[in-house]
Amino acid sequence: MADGAAMFEVVKPGLSTTVQDLGRPGFYHLGLPISGAMDRFALIAANRLVGNPDGAAGLEAVFLGPSLKFAADAVVAVTGATMAPKLDGVEQPGWTAFAVSAGQELSFGTLKGGARIYIAIAGGIDVPEIKGSRSTYALGGLGGFEGRALQAGDQVKFAAASGSAKLGVTVPEELRRIPPASGTVLRTMPGLYWHRITEDSQGSFFEDTWKVAPEADRIGYRFKGGKSLDFVPREPPFGAGSDPSNIVDSCYPYGSIQVPGGTEPIVLHRDAVSGGGYFMVGTVISADMDLIGQLQPHQPVRFQSIDMEGALAARREEQSRLGRLAEFLGG
Amino acid sequence: MKTRYSFGGDEHIFVEVDEEMSLEAFFKSLSMTTAIRDAEIDGITEICPANASFQVKFDPDVIAPDDLLGRLKGFEAVAENAEKTIDTRIIEMPVLYNDPWTHETLMRFRERHQDPQSTDLEYAARINGYDSVESFIAAHSGAPWFVSMVGFVAGLPFTYQLVERSRQIEVPKYLRPRTDTPKQTVGYGGCFGCVYSVRGAGGYQMFGITPMPIYDPKGEQSYLKELFLFRPGDLIRFKPIDRETYDATLAEVESGRYQPKIAAAHFSLDAFNADPEGFNAKLLEALDG
Repeated sequence: MADGAAMFEVVKPGLSTTVQDLGRPGFYHLGLPISGAMDRFALIAANRLVGNPDGAAGLEAVFLGPSLKFAADAVVAVTGATMAPKLDGVEQPGWTAFAVSAGQELSFGTLKGGARIYIAIAGGIDVPEIKGSRSTYALGGLGGFEGRALQAGDQVKFAAASGSAKLGVTVPEELRRIPPASGTVLRTMPGLYWHRITEDSQGSFFEDTWKVAPEADRIGYRFKGGKSLDFVPREPPFGAGSDPSNIVDSCYPYGSIQVPGGTEPIVLHRDAVSGGGYFMVGTVISADMDLIGQLQPHQPVRFQSIDMEGALAARREEQSRLGRLAEFLGG
Repeated sequence: MKTRYSFGGDEHIFVEVDEEMSLEAFFKSLSMTTAIRDAEIDGITEICPANASFQVKFDPDVIAPDDLLGRLKGFEAVAENAEKTIDTRIIEMPVLYNDPWTHETLMRFRERHQDPQSTDLEYAARINGYDSVESFIAAHSGAPWFVSMVGFVAGLPFTYQLVERSRQIEVPKYLRPRTDTPKQTVGYGGCFGCVYSVRGAGGYQMFGITPMPIYDPKGEQSYLKELFLFRPGDLIRFKPIDRETYDATLAEVESGRYQPKIAAAHFSLDAFNADPEGFNAKLLEALDG
């Protein structure tokens, strides 16, 4: 590794560490999902702490942090999940910008809450922009660092810093949003193919407590433990398939909840499959998508019915949180 | 055909043109999405056409959801009277049916299949009333296909065969999805064919494989500068090839010299319905000319 070059070398990659920004909109109609940070607020906060634009590329690491050896001085902030950053083994505060010297190694303690950390480096990760974004879409081998999660030995460049980092400033806890282990509510607008299930199942879907299944990733989060859904009887429409949960293959909204076979709901996330042949009961509202990215397997979750008015109010609440963050960091 | 509208959360409107698949439903959906795109409505960020439905993504900070819903409904009448025609292209896709790679994969996942004693091709031929795999392949490759949706994963075309409904091939998906499907597998589920653009999970029956890449994240193919080959409305002819041609084509692909055979085409639903075989013959002539 060249001393002084603006790069770090991956010593340990963690479980799955990818380059992400705020995503690659505009190609969902060709099956290419938006990708980008699952917890967008956390990435934006990390970027603002180190003086980057909101959409600069950072790293997203899930459950287990990477170890990165820096070849040049840098300013770094780590947000999102509760997982202590360490410099040469010395613990650093989370949600805070700190200086890293050339030769130092950034590593992480164990996960104490949430699921995904965001590592912003002043200047942003410098990988080629593809279709307007540096995000990794691993399923399609596109974007980020060579279209994949980081591996040991990778040398990753970062761009020149703006010099406006907020060194030592910590984002107050009341502005952060990490789901408590005791339980999370995901606000959901029923719709799409909601009419396919019986009134009893419409009730139980919202009343039951579900648990995050081990099959939970950037494509979608699966949930288990609630009652199976019963379908309103029908003659299968031509092309749909014989299972009562089948539809003629359609688009899938981000946040939509499909329930194959009526048993385990799957909420699609930033690397969503763009369409398919399973019916959907509704859609998690945009304001709660970040929360899903911070859920760990086995955590209890309830879906709560909300109407459009409520969804738009929640959206404004999230925007105001970003506004309060800007105000706090502006001083 | 009854069109149904639903909000998909605060950022999507889902429009089901018809519950069942038909070329009529596809064309109505296509007419609506084209008209919506041409209207350049502020706040719409993405329009995704599907087989018999479509989805609009929007920014509710720019346009109120109910206002947008009202505007979308306004395009329905126009779409019903629109000409069911499209100026498009027909693309020839060479296929090695019954290839060793999908065969190896389907044997590996046999316990997830309806009929573990047969191959996917044998099963599909039998339940669709064909007396042999050969006659089934002849039917699959004999009439062209319409790309009625692109999606699931990047660049994957859903294809619908241009034959009368009585001749449509229908097969169930695997009982449980496989965790592996070779890249460029030619598959089938429900009344839709597909070509897997990348290796990965899948539930469609597997009939063969094409040596022709249709998605190019590494930028290796000159004909895939746009990343994806297929757009909704494209036409495809699956051309059976033997192993020798497959290997020769693959060598061309690997050296970056391969060029697919593509010709301009005009599709009219009324003309097709009046004489499916005659209309298809003309479509295919464009490729052979």
